[in-house]
Amino acid sequence: MNQGIDLQGSFVEALVGLGVPAGAAKALWLPLPMVVILVGATVSIFVTVWLERKISAAAQQRIGPEFAGPMGTLQAAADGIKLIFKEDITPAKADPILFTLGPAIVVIPVFLSYLIVPFGQNLVITDIGVGIFLWIALSSIAPIGLLMSGYSSNNKYSLLGGLRAAAQSISYEIPMALAVLAVVLMSNSLSTIDIVNQQSGYGILGWNIWRQPAGFLIFWIAALAECERLPFDLPEAEEELVAGYQTEYTGMKFGLFYVGSYVNLVLSALIVSILYLGGWESPISVSWLASLIGVSETTPWLQVITASLGIMMTLFKAYALVFIAVLLRWTMPRIRIDQLLDFGWKFLLPVSLVNLLLTAALKLTFPMAFGG
Amino acid sequence: MTLAEGVQLVAFGILTAMTLGGALGVVLLDNIVYSAFLLGGVFTSMSGLYILLNAGFVAAAQVLVYVGAVSVLILFGIMLVNKEQPFIPMKQAWLGKAATGGVCVGLFALLTASTLNTPWAISTEVPTGEMATVAIGIHFFTDYLLPFELASMLLLIALIGAIVLARRELIPDVAPGEPASEALQLPERPRELVSSGSLPDTD
Repeated sequence: MNQGIDLQGSFVEALVGLGVPAGAAKALWLPLPMVVILVGATVSIFVTVWLERKISAAAQQRIGPEFAGPMGTLQAAADGIKLIFKEDITPAKADPILFTLGPAIVVIPVFLSYLIVPFGQNLVITDIGVGIFLWIALSSIAPIGLLMSGYSSNNKYSLLGGLRAAAQSISYEIPMALAVLAVVLMSNSLSTIDIVNQQSGYGILGWNIWRQPAGFLIFWIAALAECERLPFDLPEAEEELVAGYQTEYTGMKFGLFYVGSYVNLVLSALIVSILYLGGWESPISVSWLASLIGVSETTPWLQVITASLGIMMTLFKAYALVFIAVLLRWTMPRIRIDQLLDFGWKFLLPVSLVNLLLTAALKLTFPMAFGG
Repeated sequence: MTLAEGVQLVAFGILTAMTLGGALGVVLLDNIVYSAFLLGGVFTSMSGLYILLNAGFVAAAQVLVYVGAVSVLILFGIMLVNKEQPFIPMKQAWLGKAATGGVCVGLFALLTASTLNTPWAISTEVPTGEMATVAIGIHFFTDYLLPFELASMLLLIALIGAIVLARRELIPDVAPGEPASEALQLPERPRELVSSGSLPDTD
């Protein structure tokens, strides 16, 4: 099944037509999707920061940023410029190598995970067989960077924050992986493309959220915990730990943590929309509509519409989830560290195990509905 | 040489250098925290080598298990047991170092000789690549079922052991009347004992 637009093929063909050798044309194509995704991820920070500021302002009956750009849309850019021009301070007794390396190790895996986020049938950097598993593996690297920056700051609050962050992300990784496993069980594949394709065809009724309601909730809670969003932002609980592992950081090193947390939030929302909300599929199946009015699926204009609708749908679902996350942040109180660990190990883990068992049983009983 | 071959060659060189350099750093550096972080780096570059061998699943598993779990656990251990002891210089320490170095060089020479002298049977089969997960699953549930189940038993034992250690329900050997001896007590704050079951569960 390889319908849809083949951008790489058309690009290489066009360049070959202009007299460029085929190998060189391919080499020219290689960096393009990566640059587009990198720029897209960076722009998503600006959008998310603006949303966070505006929604939090609305939740607290304020106006929020309004002078930087129209409706304050350039506020995030102003923040970024401020962070770039701030003095880059390394505390006198900190370990300079680890102190510098820490934020980078936190940010790099997050950007790397965009490898497997599909925006359409062929609109993905690489469709590798281990897709979603790669994302789980990459997200397990971040605790090392957090521990590194917490330890090297030479500050007890930083160290405690780093240890908390690592403990938290290790605890919530397990329910999250089990929830993903239930989805993988239904789609018979770890590839994100296959996971979306398995949900396609019936519009909104085919989405995994109806077959995996418990899994969806478990995954969303665990994803929020992995992003250290407010109900779970124990590592940087300012009443207890100043700012956790970020306490000693200024300038762009702090900026990297900031960037990492927002990119990670958008990434988690994208993954949730791929796993449970049908990815690039519209609520009403486009191919069904097309067959209704008698247009072939391979018509070029229809494919262009499908592709752009797919990108919009993926982003729309992701940002709806980001909206929920922001709203949760400004309405929920922070939980205690023992409640956090109890919740992860004593509630989410058993529930996700039962969910997995139930999915396996349902798959054997109703192979039609649960991807036998 | 095509583009792909060149990329593979360069990547292989970089990854090998990173693995060897990192491993040497783990052994030779004085600071144990640096060693632990470098160990994570060594594991990461080894997963890169697996990717070069078309084993994507093994590479991701390597990152998940060794970088995400083992390295983090080692770091946790180091950071929680932050006991600073002054290093006492020993007399004639070079003797031990020289002996260790000699043994290591000898082992390396032996391994190199055996690597060079063995007629390796290089398989001509095409790597399974993307289908590796399926192949691994089939092997787990057919010819490697016993090792797989034994490994899960081992994990279960470790899990139970961890729970026992974490709960640490000690039942004192001493009778209630006589004073407990200092030697049997753990250097931690005392916990409620299991035998005193009258306390209500407050969590």
